[in-house]
Amino acid sequence: MRSLIVFIVGIWMAFSMAPDALAADGPRPGKPLPSITLTAPESPAHKDYLGLSGGGSFHIPQIKARVVIIEIFSMYCPHCQTEAPMVNDLYKKIEDTPSLKGKIKLIGIGAGNTPFEVDVFKKKYQVPFPLFPDPDFVVHKAVGEVRTPCFIGVRLNSDGTDQVFYQKVGGLEGVDHFLGLILKQSGIDQEQ
Amino acid sequence: MKQMAFAFLLGCAAVFTMGPSAYGRSDAFKENIYDQGPMKPRDSHLKVKVGEKAPDFALPAMSGGKVSLSQFHGKHNVVLSFVPAAWTPVCSDQWPGYNIVKELFDQHDAVLIGITVDNIPTLFAWTRQMGKLWFPVLSDFWPHGVVADRYGVLRSDGMSERALFVIDKEGIIRYIDVHDINQRPRLEILMGELEKLPR
Repeated sequence: MRSLIVFIVGIWMAFSMAPDALAADGPRPGKPLPSITLTAPESPAHKDYLGLSGGGSFHIPQIKARVVIIEIFSMYCPHCQTEAPMVNDLYKKIEDTPSLKGKIKLIGIGAGNTPFEVDVFKKKYQVPFPLFPDPDFVVHKAVGEVRTPCFIGVRLNSDGTDQVFYQKVGGLEGVDHFLGLILKQSGIDQEQ
Repeated sequence: MKQMAFAFLLGCAAVFTMGPSAYGRSDAFKENIYDQGPMKPRDSHLKVKVGEKAPDFALPAMSGGKVSLSQFHGKHNVVLSFVPAAWTPVCSDQWPGYNIVKELFDQHDAVLIGITVDNIPTLFAWTRQMGKLWFPVLSDFWPHGVVADRYGVLRSDGMSERALFVIDKEGIIRYIDVHDINQRPRLEILMGELEKLPR
């Protein structure tokens, strides 16, 4: 009987101690982004885009931007495949808009995808923005094992802190619609 | 005291193993995937070996008619991809990945054949979520799992293993990967094996 009680307490404690990832609901708006370590891209153009110098690893808040949009995708995900051209359009729209270029950066992280698999996706859809592999689901677990695609908006504050302001599983529902949400919810539209 | 500590650890372990699995699950399937949690990685004994002639078969294809292994003899290399069951986590995102790399298979003069032990209506409903597949999907439903069993990849619960067989143009098995059923095989390994085939 005592063992049964301890077993139940064990379950309860594990739930209360479990990381946010266990809830599988992704990073919560208003909270800081979970720590994500990525390897700097080899491409000088991508390194320049992200404002990174040198190689090695980096954290998302080191990206030179006010807002970072992270797409959690997978080469194996049919919706990610279908959405890829629209996400490319989103990147192009941001880069072609002088008031947004440099302020909003876009990256993709391939959940469970090896570098080879990420490269296949990149070439297949001619993805112009940096994509990063996550072969062992480390990032995917950190962000709550969300379904793919999942878009996470992170605001990088001038004091070095960061805050998630947007998180949604599923498609963009249109570039303009999505960008409007990002501008409004990040507060970046008030700064222009 | 030892019993209590064991019970506590068991409780914690139970919760963590019940948690969501890291499959990178696509939103294409939304809540329609049945996740029965981690399974025994492998539950069968191979009946074929690398270097042996691949057993021939003819199975009903989802698109109609039958597809046999022998119809590719002397013409194309063949990759057989057995996946355990429709509407399960890893299977549902393995073939959609293969679906965007037809060019890589073409480069190695290889055709891909997908096989499960599900019936045709189930395969139809399931694969519709993946978009239009370029490769044939065959049903090894009845007599149940007969081809999977012939290759030695039929599990004791009636599902098949998650297995890949590379068969050359002469019908000889060149590579076998009976993968941990809970994990997706990495694409570059399969492509590396295709690379080894004689041109």
